[in-house]
Amino acid sequence: MTILAFTVLIALGSFVAGFLGALTGLGGGVVIVPLLALVFGVDIRYAIGASLVSVIATSSGAAAAYVREGYSNIRIGMFLEIATTIGAIVGAMIATHITTNLIGIIFGLVLLYSAFLSARPQPDVPIDATPDRLAGALRLNGSYPVGTGMRAYTVHRVPLGFSLMFGAGTLSGLLGIGSGAIKVIAMDQAMKIPFKVSTTTSNFMIGVTAAASAGIYLTRGYIDPGIAMPVMLGVLAGSLLGARVLVKARTKWLRLVFSAVIVVLAFEMIYNGFSGKL
Amino acid sequence: MTHHSLDDRGIEIMIGNLLRAGVLIAAAVVVVGAVIYLSHYALQPANFSIFRGEAAALRTLPAIVRGAMRLHGKSVIQFGLLLLIATPIARVVFSVIGFADERDYLYVALTLIVLAVLLYSLIGSGVA
Repeated sequence: MTILAFTVLIALGSFVAGFLGALTGLGGGVVIVPLLALVFGVDIRYAIGASLVSVIATSSGAAAAYVREGYSNIRIGMFLEIATTIGAIVGAMIATHITTNLIGIIFGLVLLYSAFLSARPQPDVPIDATPDRLAGALRLNGSYPVGTGMRAYTVHRVPLGFSLMFGAGTLSGLLGIGSGAIKVIAMDQAMKIPFKVSTTTSNFMIGVTAAASAGIYLTRGYIDPGIAMPVMLGVLAGSLLGARVLVKARTKWLRLVFSAVIVVLAFEMIYNGFSGKL
Repeated sequence: MTHHSLDDRGIEIMIGNLLRAGVLIAAAVVVVGAVIYLSHYALQPANFSIFRGEAAALRTLPAIVRGAMRLHGKSVIQFGLLLLIATPIARVVFSVIGFADERDYLYVALTLIVLAVLLYSLIGSGVA
């Protein structure tokens, strides 16, 4: 294959991944690495480097739209970024010391978990009156717009959420993904932050988290311009378009199809990892 | 608990616009680099299945800037990617200013910790 054909095909694949990722809310990053590694035969380290770059592009590109809706909580995001950025550095360090096959297996397991999470219903958390002292001291409690005005919420189990965020950051740095699904779990399940606040704040945090490991990837030679260029441009264009049509589209069946694709890719990553093909 | 929400929103909207501008500028630079890169390499065979690591010229900020000034396609792309990596870092810098403006010194401190971690990563890894 010539470089021109390779570039165009990867840009198209990344465009579709970014588009579906934005429509389903699962993020395009999770399928970029298996797409590059399994379909295009790209070394998984280059794939992870390109994916990490695309994650920064989608997170930052979508931030303006999310902010306008008024759901994201900048204090929660900033406080938890202390955990995710330190985790991301740890993850990027681990990535350079373990075999690519092991990375592939871990990647597959995280993919399976993400697909499982997306299949789970997302109830809005009922308001709990018991305040968390730490959340009060850190001024994490806030309010978000609902149909009738603003609804206040309180934040709980701050140390648990902070620890989970460290884990999410580590996976982000290790696998070149946004770890959006795990960030949302930490906020919405552990800290009892309303789901919409969790997802939008998570998106805001993803770019900063990824930036913490990007430098390590760059100096280790994981970011190849020939691969990162079509991936970044494709995912960015796809996710921006996806966010535009999101309002009109019925995404339930699409989520199912995309989740099924993720499960297939996950098993293939795990299989290839165990058989030493990555 | 919402006495600071209006100020927060002002900061957030400014930061959101900053991030989008940063991404669009980075993407434009990457497109320019892509055109130069493809004009040289389009018909060569693609081989990314073996990891060789990038050349030293594509791994550190000074070397990338030097290559980009000479309009080397790969260096220009890499420079665009560096701009992209810089946008969330700029976001953290602007948050420090925003919190200082609100006299929220607790969050000035917390945001400076995040900034220190990011700079430690960039300088410690040898990019900058």
